[in-house]
Amino acid sequence: MRTPKENGRSRRTDLVAGIGRRLAVGVATVWVVATLVFFAIHLLPGDPVAQILGEDAPAEAREELRAKLHLDRPIHEQYGIYMAGLVTGGLGQSFRWPERSVGSLLAEAFPHTMRLALVSMAVALGLALPLGVLGASLGGGTLRGALDVGALVGLATPNIWLGPVLMVVFSIKLGWTPLPGDDPSGLGSLILPAITLGTALMAILYRLTRSSMEETMRRPFMRTARAKGLGEARSLFGHALPNALLPVVSVGGLQLGALLTGTVITEKIFERPGLGSLFLEAYYARDIPVVQGCVLVMATIYVLVNALTDGAYLLVDPRMRRPVRERGAS
Amino acid sequence: MRFVTWACAAVVTLFTLAALLGPALAPYGPDDLDIAHEFEPPSRAHLLGTGENGIDLLSALLRGARLALAVASSVVLVSLCLGLSLGVTAGYMGGAVDRALGAVINVMMAFPSILLNMAIVALVARPGVGHVIFALCVNGWVGYARVARGETLSIRRNDYVTAAVCQGLPHWRIALRHVLPNLAKPLVIQASYGFGGVILAESSLSFLGLGPARADSWGALLDQGTSYLMVSPWVALASGAAIFACILAFNLLGDDVSRRIS
Repeated sequence: MRTPKENGRSRRTDLVAGIGRRLAVGVATVWVVATLVFFAIHLLPGDPVAQILGEDAPAEAREELRAKLHLDRPIHEQYGIYMAGLVTGGLGQSFRWPERSVGSLLAEAFPHTMRLALVSMAVALGLALPLGVLGASLGGGTLRGALDVGALVGLATPNIWLGPVLMVVFSIKLGWTPLPGDDPSGLGSLILPAITLGTALMAILYRLTRSSMEETMRRPFMRTARAKGLGEARSLFGHALPNALLPVVSVGGLQLGALLTGTVITEKIFERPGLGSLFLEAYYARDIPVVQGCVLVMATIYVLVNALTDGAYLLVDPRMRRPVRERGAS
Repeated sequence: MRFVTWACAAVVTLFTLAALLGPALAPYGPDDLDIAHEFEPPSRAHLLGTGENGIDLLSALLRGARLALAVASSVVLVSLCLGLSLGVTAGYMGGAVDRALGAVINVMMAFPSILLNMAIVALVARPGVGHVIFALCVNGWVGYARVARGETLSIRRNDYVTAAVCQGLPHWRIALRHVLPNLAKPLVIQASYGFGGVILAESSLSFLGLGPARADSWGALLDQGTSYLMVSPWVALASGAAIFACILAFNLLGDDVSRRIS
C-alpha cells in the first residue's frame, strides 16, 4: 500500500512521463515528415536552376548557382545539409528570391494564414456551440431536424464549391463583401474565406456538442440542478455545457491543423496571401526550400496542437497517463 | 426506407449511370469546340451552357462522372484491400509488428493528406488517372488499417478465437475464417463514406491543377469556372453542384448503412 505522499509523487512521474512520451512521438513525427518531404520534393521532375535562371542561361552561371545551392552534391549530402540547417533553425534561402530566407517568407505569410484559421475557428465555435445546445435542448421537432440537415449539408459541401458560390452571391450579386484580391488585410475580406474554411468544422462541432450535451443532460447532477429549481437556461449553460465541452474543445483543437492545410484551397479561391498561396506558388516554380518550409510548418503545427491537446487531457484525466498497453491489460 | 435514403440512392444510381453511359449520351464530344459561343448561358443547344473555348458543359460533366467513379471505386477498393490486410496482420500478430504499424499510422495521420497527394502527383510531369489513383491510395489505406487493426485486437480476445487456436488451426485460417467475417460491418461503413471522400480529394487535386492531364475532371471544370466567375458563374455552380450532390448522397448512404448494420 502506497502512502498518499508516494501516490502524489507517482502521479507526477506519470504525468511527466506521459508528456515526455508524447513529445518524443511528436519530434519523431516531424522528423519523418521532414525526411519524406525532402525526398518527395527532390524526386520531382524539373530543374530548379533552369527555373531560376531561365532555359537560355550560360552553362557557367548554371553551374555556379548549382554549387551555391548545393544541388551538385549527392542527395544524401544534401539531406545532411538540410537536416543540419533544421537543427540549427535555418530553413535555407529561397531559390526564386536568393536574397530572401525561407524563414522570412514564412514569417511574412504565416500571420495571414493564422488569422484566417483563427477567424474560421471562431466562426465555427461561435455558431456550433449555441446551436448544439439548442439542438440538444429541443430533443426533436422541425427546428431540430432542420439543424441536423444543415449540419449534414455543411459537412458534405466541398470548400472548392462553397467559396465560389459565396463569392457569386455576396461579392458579385449583392456587393456586400470585397472581391477577391481587394485589400486582403481588411476584416470584410476575411468573412467569406472564414465561412468557406469553417463550415465543415462548424458542422462537426455542432454534431459533437449536441450529442455530448444530450449525454450530459441525462446525468444525475442535471436532475438535481432542475430539482433545486434552477431555470432551464441556467442549468443548460451553467451545468451541462461546461461538462459537455471537453470533447468539443479537444476535437476543435485537433482540427486546427486540418484548418491550416485547408487554407491552401481557400487562399487560392479568394486570392489571399498566406502559407497556402506561398506553398502553391513555390510548388509551381520548383522553389524547393520554400515548399519544404511550408509543409514542415504545417506538419509541425499539426503535431504541436495534437501534443498540446493530449497534454490537456493528461492534466484532467489521470487514466490517460499510462501507455495504452497497460490500460488495456488492467 | 426513408425518403432521404431513396433520394440518395437515386443520386448514386444517376451518377453510376452517367459514369457508365455518359460519354455515349453526351451531345458533344471532348473535341467539339465552338469558340464563337464561349461562356454562353444555358440554352436549347447547350442545356447547361458552355465553358472555355465553347465546350458543352453537360457533356463535360458526363465525362467527368466516369472519371470520378473510376477514381473513387479504384481508390476505395485498393485502399480497402491494403488497409484490411495490414490491419488484420498487425492486430492479429500483435507485438513488434503491431507497434510498427501503429507508428506508421500515427505518422501518416500527422501528415497533411492533401500535401502528400500533391507531392506524389507532381512526381510525374503529366499525371494520368493512374497516378492520381496511386497518390490517393498512398494515404487512403490508413483509415481502413486503423479500423481493421482496432477491431482485430478486440476480436482475437474472443473465446471462439482461443478455441480455434487450441484446435491447432493455422493462423492464416483463423484470420480468414474467424476474424475477417467480423470485420465486414465496420469496413462496409468506412468504405461507403470513403467514396465521398475520394471524390472530394480528386476534385481538390484537379482544382489545384494537379489532376489527370487532358481529362474532364469536375474539379478542373470548377477551377476553370472560378476564374470566370464574373462572366459565367454557371460553369462553377454546375460542376460544384455535381461534386456536392455526390458527396452528400454517399455520406447519407453511409449514415444509413451504419444505422442498419449496427
